[in-house]
Amino acid sequence: MAACIGTIDVNPGPADFTSTEHQHPRHGSSISQRPDSKHVMFPGALKSAFSNTMRFEQPSTYPALPTYRIVDQHGVVVDPSFSPDLSDDEVVKLYRDMLAVSIMDLIMFDAQRQGRLSFYMVSAGEEAVSVATASALAKEDVIFCQYREQGVFKQRGFTLNDFMNQLFANRKDPGKGRNMPVHYGSRELNIHTISSPLATQLPQASGAAYALKIQRMQDPSVPPRVVAVYFGEGAASEGDFHAALNIAATRSCPVIFICRNNGYAISTPTLEQYRGDGIASRGLGYGIETIRVDGNDFWAVREATKKARELALQDGGKPVLIEAMTYRVSHHSTSDDSFAYRARVEVEDWKRRDNPIARLRKWMEARGCWDENKEKEARDSIRRDILKAFSEAEKEKKPPLRTMFEDVYEQLTPDLKKQMSELKSQLERYPDEYDLADFEGGRDSLVK
Amino acid sequence: MNGASIRPLSRALTRTSLPWRSSAPAVISRSRQYSTHPANAKLNLPTDYSTTPLLAHSPESALSNPELPPEARNGTTKRMNLFQAINDALSTALAEDESVLIFGEDVAFGGVFRCTSKLAETFGGDRVFNTPLTEQGIMGFAIGAAAEGMRPVAEIQFADYVYPAFDQLVNEAAKFRYRDGACGRSAGGLTVRMPCGGVGHGALYHSQSPESLFTHIPGLRVIMPRSPLQAKGLLLSAIRSNDPCIFMEPKILYRAAVEQVPTAPYTLPLSKAEVLKQGSDVTIVSYGQPLYKCRAALEQAERDLGISVELIDLRTIYPWDKECVFQSVRKTGRCIVVHEAMVNAGVGAEVAAAIQEDPETFIRLEAPVARVAGWSIHTPLLYEAFNAPDVASTSPRLLRGMVVAC
Ligand SMILES: Cc1ncc(C[n+]2csc(CCOP(=O)(O)OP(=O)(O)O)c2C)c(N)n1
Ligand SMILES: [Mg+2]
Repeated sequence: MAACIGTIDVNPGPADFTSTEHQHPRHGSSISQRPDSKHVMFPGALKSAFSNTMRFEQPSTYPALPTYRIVDQHGVVVDPSFSPDLSDDEVVKLYRDMLAVSIMDLIMFDAQRQGRLSFYMVSAGEEAVSVATASALAKEDVIFCQYREQGVFKQRGFTLNDFMNQLFANRKDPGKGRNMPVHYGSRELNIHTISSPLATQLPQASGAAYALKIQRMQDPSVPPRVVAVYFGEGAASEGDFHAALNIAATRSCPVIFICRNNGYAISTPTLEQYRGDGIASRGLGYGIETIRVDGNDFWAVREATKKARELALQDGGKPVLIEAMTYRVSHHSTSDDSFAYRARVEVEDWKRRDNPIARLRKWMEARGCWDENKEKEARDSIRRDILKAFSEAEKEKKPPLRTMFEDVYEQLTPDLKKQMSELKSQLERYPDEYDLADFEGGRDSLVK
Repeated sequence: MNGASIRPLSRALTRTSLPWRSSAPAVISRSRQYSTHPANAKLNLPTDYSTTPLLAHSPESALSNPELPPEARNGTTKRMNLFQAINDALSTALAEDESVLIFGEDVAFGGVFRCTSKLAETFGGDRVFNTPLTEQGIMGFAIGAAAEGMRPVAEIQFADYVYPAFDQLVNEAAKFRYRDGACGRSAGGLTVRMPCGGVGHGALYHSQSPESLFTHIPGLRVIMPRSPLQAKGLLLSAIRSNDPCIFMEPKILYRAAVEQVPTAPYTLPLSKAEVLKQGSDVTIVSYGQPLYKCRAALEQAERDLGISVELIDLRTIYPWDKECVFQSVRKTGRCIVVHEAMVNAGVGAEVAAAIQEDPETFIRLEAPVARVAGWSIHTPLLYEAFNAPDVASTSPRLLRGMVVAC
């Protein structure tokens, strides 16, 4: 056989089928079809009926996928089949997580404005998406975030000190002072460190899910685990999004794709981001079970994620897509002024109309497990705790200078060692030209 | 409670009860958080853009630039920073050539660095528009439009995010003409703009300077302007050029670098370096923002060591102006290449190798060519001041260059 396009023919042996591939009925060689069948016999479309009328499908003739809701804006339950699976105390804990995130956001946004840190991103209006999805996952599940999911970290046990240490890039920051604020990560909580380039986490999540699946196949004593991956509707335009869904579908990966559709990607409204029916409709195109939920409805998000996790573990694993509809109430980040591209009244309208924290609060009040006093007490104590963690973290020393050279490779290369000692002599020769006071160990950390 | 009530509540709070209200003012706190300059520094001072000789502070100095065409030289000037000069060039290009299109992420409202302000309003949404968030898509779209006769100016929001577009740039834009051969089509109308470089707190993904990844690719022309006046002329050249151009804008200069810019349209030559200061003992070759640090370092060295330093701005980093550099080094016998990007396999390596390969230049060398560049690491948040070249790391190289020679 001549070299064909896309491959240089280096391995002309018989195809090597793994055991899992044998199970799949769609494998090309397994297509068989009766003569005069009413259905297509092409390998690319197995159940397509022949039709004698030419008709282009019109997206507009299909109704938009519905948005699942359990509790409406007034805190009233609209799904009669719903009964809460959490005790009042457990709901209160999750409510307090949402509250903590929203209070921390306000304090840190202002702190950035005062020059206390270089950058911050709030998740105002989207607290339910992160806290409620996280609440339906297991501790051993593996998570990849985009950057606006501080609620996931909070729910899983990231402490206020953990947040502050990262934000102030001090010596207790596991990111070793290398990353921008809000790029949290936690090995202990199975959350990979946030990376700024959009959508890169999506195919990684598919691969990680495949790893979990294979590991369980190889060792059934490992508990069943899924991967959950978060992303914005803007990031879903990246090639990596499409690659991630398709590869997860073809390799049957136990991964839950969780889209926060908040209406904007910086200044770009969804109308300029896509023309289809949101992100959910794409899941169907990739053969993935999909649901759209009201992202401001804590209960709908939680129940959908619970079910998604169950589905993801069925049949040896499969991907699920959740599109959570919400609204980015605040500016994109502290570097952004959103009133340059959207009207103040649009934002004010949204705030008046709906808010995930307010909605859950109404539900809790109607149930009798929350009231004005508890609200006040919760807010005061959360705020106190945040400020305490804030000032502790701000006082901490910075990590040692040598960390700038470490972890590029597993071990320092000869090149890096030489560069490190060059920097050391530079700092010795010009002690007044560099500010080392904050760095643990000063220039002495630069010894080999 | 609704969203609206949260904000004033926290405001009230942060005003009254935050322990840090009473501590040092914000500016001091910021300099403690992120490396700027230390109190007793004499060399590593913040660049003073209002006095640097690299910027034209008066209309006369702007208009006396010999590279300007007569229409520009006999015209007026306007004070502009870098993003305004880019905006001016884009606006000129849109006005003079209807095949020019401008697009990218968040371009319609003016772009996250304001380079495309008012362009959509003035020239219409058909020619200036937002794309969906996909760099590979933006680049492929731009190449296709260029191949069919348009002059797309695509914006990549940060150079750090150009990698999804790498395939389109390296395998498509760069090879389009070569592949098409006698059919004669190309992606030459393409210009890609991207902000690059450190600003003090950009960390891993808002600081990169990936020019050498592109200078390795024949077929691409890689340009980095040092100032508003340069940017306007070089960007117009890039847009009019029939080679695909990568135009990298040092984002720290967007607001910081302000100078008098001729108001008339003008181009400046691509692949031509510029001698910014004549000297006889050592040549510094650089481009982009580090030129300002080189300028300060050479002043220091000339004062303290009594040497005379020549400073060259490459401007186009590939294909670069070897003759200009060779001529200078043949005169001075010493050369230092300075760039912000990692030292390994960087532009410095290319310049140093070319110098020692040129027999006439090599034989005049009195010291090895030195490189002052970023370490071979990623760009970490807290350590930028220890990573990028600065005055204190450039002037001792000047000194060392002299010592080796004596
Ligand atoms: C590959 C890449 N391109 C561009 C950017 C710059 N950028 C950061 S956030 C953002 C918008 C993302 O919008 P979306 O995914 O909807 O998330 P949201 O901010 O709304 O939560 C952009 C364009 C980036 N970080 N990575
Ligand atoms: Mg969004």
